Amino acid sequence: MTKFFNEMGESADASRPAYAQVSAWLKTIAPNDVERAKTEAENIFRRQGITFAVYGDGESSERLIPFDIIPRVFSGHEWRKLSAGLEQRVRALNAFLYDIYHRQEIIRAGRIPAEVIVQNAAFVPDMVGVNPARGIYAHITGVDLVRVSENDFYVLEDNCRTPSGVSYMLEGREAMMRLFPKLFSEQRVAPVDGYPAMLRKTLESVAPPACKGEPTIVVLTPGIFNSAFFEHAFLADEMGVELCEGGDLFVSDGYLYMRTTQEPKRVDVIYRRIDDAYLDPLSFRADSTIGIPGLIDLYRAGRVTIVNAPGTGIADDKSIYTYLPDVIEFYTGEKPLLKNVPTWRCSDASSLSYVLEHLHELVVKEVHGSGGYGMLVGPTSSKAEIENFRAKLKTRPSNYIAQPTLALSAVPTYVDAGIAPRHVDLRPFVLSGDQVRITRGGLTRVALKEGSLVVNSSQGGGTKDTWVLED
Amino acid sequence: MLGRTASSLFWMSRYMERAENMARLLEVGHRISLMPGAIEGHRDEWRSTLMSAACAEGYDSKHEEISAEQVVDYLVFDESNPSSIKSAVRTARNNCRAVRTALTRDVWETINATWNELVAVKPTDLSADRLPEFLEWVKHRSMSFRGAVLGTMLRNENYYFSQLGNFIERADNTARILDVKYFILLPKPSDVGSEVDVQQWAQILRSVSAHRAYRWFYHDSRYRPWLVAEFLILREQMPRSLVFSYQWINTALEGLANIHGKRYKCHDMVGQSLAKLRAGKMDDIFQSGLHEYITDFVASNRALSASIAQTYHFP
Repeated sequence: MTKFFNEMGESADASRPAYAQVSAWLKTIAPNDVERAKTEAENIFRRQGITFAVYGDGESSERLIPFDIIPRVFSGHEWRKLSAGLEQRVRALNAFLYDIYHRQEIIRAGRIPAEVIVQNAAFVPDMVGVNPARGIYAHITGVDLVRVSENDFYVLEDNCRTPSGVSYMLEGREAMMRLFPKLFSEQRVAPVDGYPAMLRKTLESVAPPACKGEPTIVVLTPGIFNSAFFEHAFLADEMGVELCEGGDLFVSDGYLYMRTTQEPKRVDVIYRRIDDAYLDPLSFRADSTIGIPGLIDLYRAGRVTIVNAPGTGIADDKSIYTYLPDVIEFYTGEKPLLKNVPTWRCSDASSLSYVLEHLHELVVKEVHGSGGYGMLVGPTSSKAEIENFRAKLKTRPSNYIAQPTLALSAVPTYVDAGIAPRHVDLRPFVLSGDQVRITRGGLTRVALKEGSLVVNSSQGGGTKDTWVLED
Repeated sequence: MLGRTASSLFWMSRYMERAENMARLLEVGHRISLMPGAIEGHRDEWRSTLMSAACAEGYDSKHEEISAEQVVDYLVFDESNPSSIKSAVRTARNNCRAVRTALTRDVWETINATWNELVAVKPTDLSADRLPEFLEWVKHRSMSFRGAVLGTMLRNENYYFSQLGNFIERADNTARILDVKYFILLPKPSDVGSEVDVQQWAQILRSVSAHRAYRWFYHDSRYRPWLVAEFLILREQMPRSLVFSYQWINTALEGLANIHGKRYKCHDMVGQSLAKLRAGKMDDIFQSGLHEYITDFVASNRALSASIAQTYHFP
């Protein structure tokens, strides 16, 4: 394994400035206190039911995501740079989405081949010509970033569909403040608890033209068996809006209503946490039992706003990802502030032969995959695993992209053997409405296995509280 | 409030009440199996437990014959039985999860902890000597849930819908026990029944935790069948009687009428049933037939439940 960047510092005596307090604290904390804090944090999460479901696992199908008590810290200066890059990128993504569902200038300009867009499974023809409120498609974006050195950050992917994890950011902070109040009094950590209010403002700002007065907002969930149900309930509660299932909503006389114990109530904005395909059985999957028949027609007529808009998935498709630097320049006229990871499209013959020769050093992902499934991490895979993957790659090259294995930065983490560096990524949450709003913080995911680069909770990853220090 | 939220609150409370009632029925069944004379009669007793729990049909479709182990397993653990303690707590918790935002943290944590502890219990843990302790635990968890509801919830729609579920279930449970045992409560030529009869009456009272309350209330060392029936049907001092349950249902529906400013057919229905219970005389009930009286009650209770669901747009 190549050398990686340790965010706390290269040695215990020379911590980077942002980590000065945390590093000093770690020297004073007794092993007993660590154990107690870990147990207490777990109890806090379990009591509140902050769990995620592991599918097909019977009785114990609700698990806790491991929470590490050592925070991950950014200085105010580092964060401002990141934040500017995130805002630029998300504005460009929204401009791109508006364009491809309208005049498709970017195709006319020859920056992206037409077939990459119109033949993409994530392109939704029903969205062509639709004008969402304020022209915004991706209202909530979870941009996955990794760091490889002091100044180098890369965007791994832009989650524009229904990114999750924000409840872990919020509850992780609550737990830390309860467990270690002193740490927060010694330095100024930017609060994250304004997120639900910011989300509500964002949702209110994109009320449809047909809505007069204060918009009624709902969160739409697939139901209690969904892996992120806790988050859906949590956000609805924090925003003070109803948590609905598809069956609670219905279309009548050209408007959307929810079934209450009294008269039906008009609904203006749906923050949906179900996939496009299930939104409306009349427009998409006819077998969907969790959607609302007729919703898409209302949406097209400007009677309701769907957040995020249907069809945003194309913006985070891995085959589009490779064009993002061009996309950003095309719509903003600026150089991208955040870098893309160099990527080989295996659909391209010369790229494919390079990838096949260098499998042992590359990360290969499915174009439409997510959750860390179906991917190959070359350097940590066995010969057999590589050969197995090679066969799949040859059969369907266009199904894959490949990237160099990045030396992900690491942050000290409590593991069985004590404190040790573990690799992390970062998912900040970017809200787009009347303005772009970015919470100072985010979800830091940590790969708990030594040397592992896979941070997904479904693959044994944990989370950390993410601090942005005020200057 | 969403109709689905109202429905979830209703069923959450209904299933917690069901779990508690099931624990009580099992306690009585277990107790009888330890009595002298249990050897020849025990199959009948377990059958009547299954009938009181409205689980006889389901049991018969799975098991050829009646044995204590199988009955206990069917009523405690079997998840194909929607009324088993495990199914009931699971359903209660799923409903609770779905409407967490409508509940206080105490209510959620009580149900959540109950489920987390319950899944750790294995059928092999419940040998005959450990069963009573487990059933005690189930009752305590249900009471703790009820305590959290009464002690922490605002008296708003949320609260009233949960009360409706609780007392519709309780009334149904008490009525079913009476229905299964009505024949042993019928007046006989002699005032005092045989030893077996006395035992049976005591069990009816036990299955609603009322055998001591009966003595305090009637100042009588003997169980008299018509008094047992009266206690469970007409006495508003008895917290599991039909009239007591209907007073709570009435209060909850009145509470909703105040909030909504509207009354519906279900308000008339509960009003009529309550008036009938309040004016009831045991003599008349026996005259016109205890069995018919109870059968009518079970049917009208079911109709009330359906009317509430329809009125308030339960999915």
